[in-house]
Amino acid sequence: MSDDPKPHDREDHPEVITRNSRIGLFLFMIYLAFYAGFMLLSAFNPEAMSKPFLAGVNLAIIYGMALILAALVLAAIYMFMVRSPAAPKKADPGEGI
Amino acid sequence: MIHEASFITVAVFGLFVAAVLGLSFYLGRKAKSAKGYYAAHGGVHWFVNGVAFAGDYLSAASFLGICGMIAFYGYDGFLYSIGFLAGWVVALFVVAEPLRRLGKYTFADALDSQFNSRGIKMAAAIATLVVSIFYLIPQMSGAGALVKPLLGFPHAVGVIIVGVVVVTIVVTAGMVSTTWVQFIKGSLLVVFCALLTIAILARGLTIEPAVDGKPVHKMPILSATEAVGNGKVLAENEAWKGKPYVRIDRGGSVEIWRKLDAEGTLLGKAQYLSVVTDPQSGKTMAFANGKPHGLGEGEADLHPVGYLYKLPGGVKETGSVGPLEYFKILQDSEVVLWSNEKIEESNTVSTTVYFPRIVKGQDILSPGSHPTFKGVRSDDFIKKLDFLSLMLALFCGTASLPHILIRYYTVKDQASARKSTVVGIAAIGFFYILTLYLGLGAMTSGTLDPTITNMAAPLLAKSFGALPFAIISAIAFTTVLGTVSGLIMAASGAVAHDIMENVMKIKFTDEGKVRAGKAVAVVVGVIAILLGIAFEKLNVGFLVGWAFNIAASANLPAIVMLLFWKGTTKQGITWSIIVGMVSSLGWILLSEQAFKNVYGYSSADAAASAVVPFSQPGIVTIPLAFIVLVLVSLMTKKKA
Repeated sequence: MSDDPKPHDREDHPEVITRNSRIGLFLFMIYLAFYAGFMLLSAFNPEAMSKPFLAGVNLAIIYGMALILAALVLAAIYMFMVRSPAAPKKADPGEGI
Repeated sequence: MIHEASFITVAVFGLFVAAVLGLSFYLGRKAKSAKGYYAAHGGVHWFVNGVAFAGDYLSAASFLGICGMIAFYGYDGFLYSIGFLAGWVVALFVVAEPLRRLGKYTFADALDSQFNSRGIKMAAAIATLVVSIFYLIPQMSGAGALVKPLLGFPHAVGVIIVGVVVVTIVVTAGMVSTTWVQFIKGSLLVVFCALLTIAILARGLTIEPAVDGKPVHKMPILSATEAVGNGKVLAENEAWKGKPYVRIDRGGSVEIWRKLDAEGTLLGKAQYLSVVTDPQSGKTMAFANGKPHGLGEGEADLHPVGYLYKLPGGVKETGSVGPLEYFKILQDSEVVLWSNEKIEESNTVSTTVYFPRIVKGQDILSPGSHPTFKGVRSDDFIKKLDFLSLMLALFCGTASLPHILIRYYTVKDQASARKSTVVGIAAIGFFYILTLYLGLGAMTSGTLDPTITNMAAPLLAKSFGALPFAIISAIAFTTVLGTVSGLIMAASGAVAHDIMENVMKIKFTDEGKVRAGKAVAVVVGVIAILLGIAFEKLNVGFLVGWAFNIAASANLPAIVMLLFWKGTTKQGITWSIIVGMVSSLGWILLSEQAFKNVYGYSSADAAASAVVPFSQPGIVTIPLAFIVLVLVSLMTKKKA
């Protein structure tokens, strides 16, 4: 256990960790609701899934594709939101570690 | 069907294996330390790591299994795609960064970072081993199934080739070579599947598919009078009684037709394989459509299948179509899908009938056609619960898979862990969108083998020519290599780093630790080979679903609670892992699916013998592991 693989960068700052995990959880909840909606609709109203929804394509396909794209969009939003290292500590990233 | 190994397939395949092994030996010179072996020095670039995530994750089950399922049943395979990808959201938003922050080489490190408890390390390492083995079996067996038709080797040889190549990759340079193999495989898979999808859309849909300029032989669908013609209809005796078939004798050879409507006015010509056992010698002979099974003179083989019955507006072909237009047209079409049924005609004759069904496009493009998912179209609440349970396990399982978790330790910091996860999501998500086109493309390609669903993707490539077929087949094979090497790495780390060093407190030198890891990799490789051979006859697709269930039940509650609840104690974590693992494993072994697929019961007996109400445990065992963690933690909490 001699070599420590973790460099102590500003991402280890407790405030950054808390902020990032709060953003992560918020985006996770959005996706969870979207995913649950799909599954509940498939389980309890499969007829609705087979009806044309957009451009003549049924809801099952549009919703399924949207779930995949939503994961990517939310991931991009997350990257953007956590990009700047903790705004309040920006002046002195080394402080308080 | 009998597939002949072509020179070009063997050549491309050999080239791939040689390239992969060459790379491993080259990299092997540089990875001597423990950190090099277990975590690729923590120095992999985030983009490479992201694509390697895709190479790690997109297993044979994803590529071959999902495409095959869509090709034979339609939309349901795509449900796996959706669930497999959604799991990455959990990985990115909840576990990626903390796990990277807390751990060193393995997932047990992270869980144990605050406690230094042998119990946690032991439980986490065993959970890693159990999940890895469950995940390894379908990969190995799938490799054997792939090599058999592609290269003409028997199943066992295919499994052994995979095992030897993978162990060589892992032993030469551990996580370094594993990462690069996965990177190469991930890139090839995504790029070539994208090209294939473009080709599918450019070709459009036709009711008369052609391969190499020759129109595909379509099995006729005719009215009953036309079908019978001057043949003689045989009596529905013995095993055939009450079955929806009409057998027509045409002076010596017998045709089997399937009734396509309740009255039997429309018939579709079926295909059949019979195995006749000589009662004296016990020798068996195979027959296809009534003739000896073979490719020679006077012999016969099954015809490839997969075509549209009707296009909207009565047109014969559409020409090239757009990505959404493709679904719209298919939705208003009718497709001939193939299923099979085994009929024991007598003690000595066993016949498998492959029969056509005409299915409306709108049924193909919505959930509920495949046996695993048919519950969503029934009114039975328990069956709907089974579906929700599987989708929950897929959602929670990804972020708990050991071979995915170890990849967080190969990059330099949390920011890199995050970036590589996003790259992984992009590559994997894009690929999963393609699976829908690949599967539906195979469904209408005219080259499907009605006997092996897993061959759908390579055979789709065959409809575009011999070279695409060779390339996709070789990529499918490297798919297996990439995933299996990741799994063996995870198992090797769990045993050598967690159990031997941290639980049994064996003092290793840095070099000794690498040697121990390599020795474990060889042992796990041998076990994987044996299991892959033993489970040849098993339809193994469902094992991946089980691995997700076990991973989610054993690992996720522990990870999540450790991160978000300060009251978590070491006993709480240990017991949550043990209870999650044992309960999900036990549930699975007592389920209808296990009775049917593993113990070989008939469908009716399996349903009667099953102890648990539905097959997928996740919806019960994941919450159970959470509850156990909270209760045990409260009981063992230190008084402040």
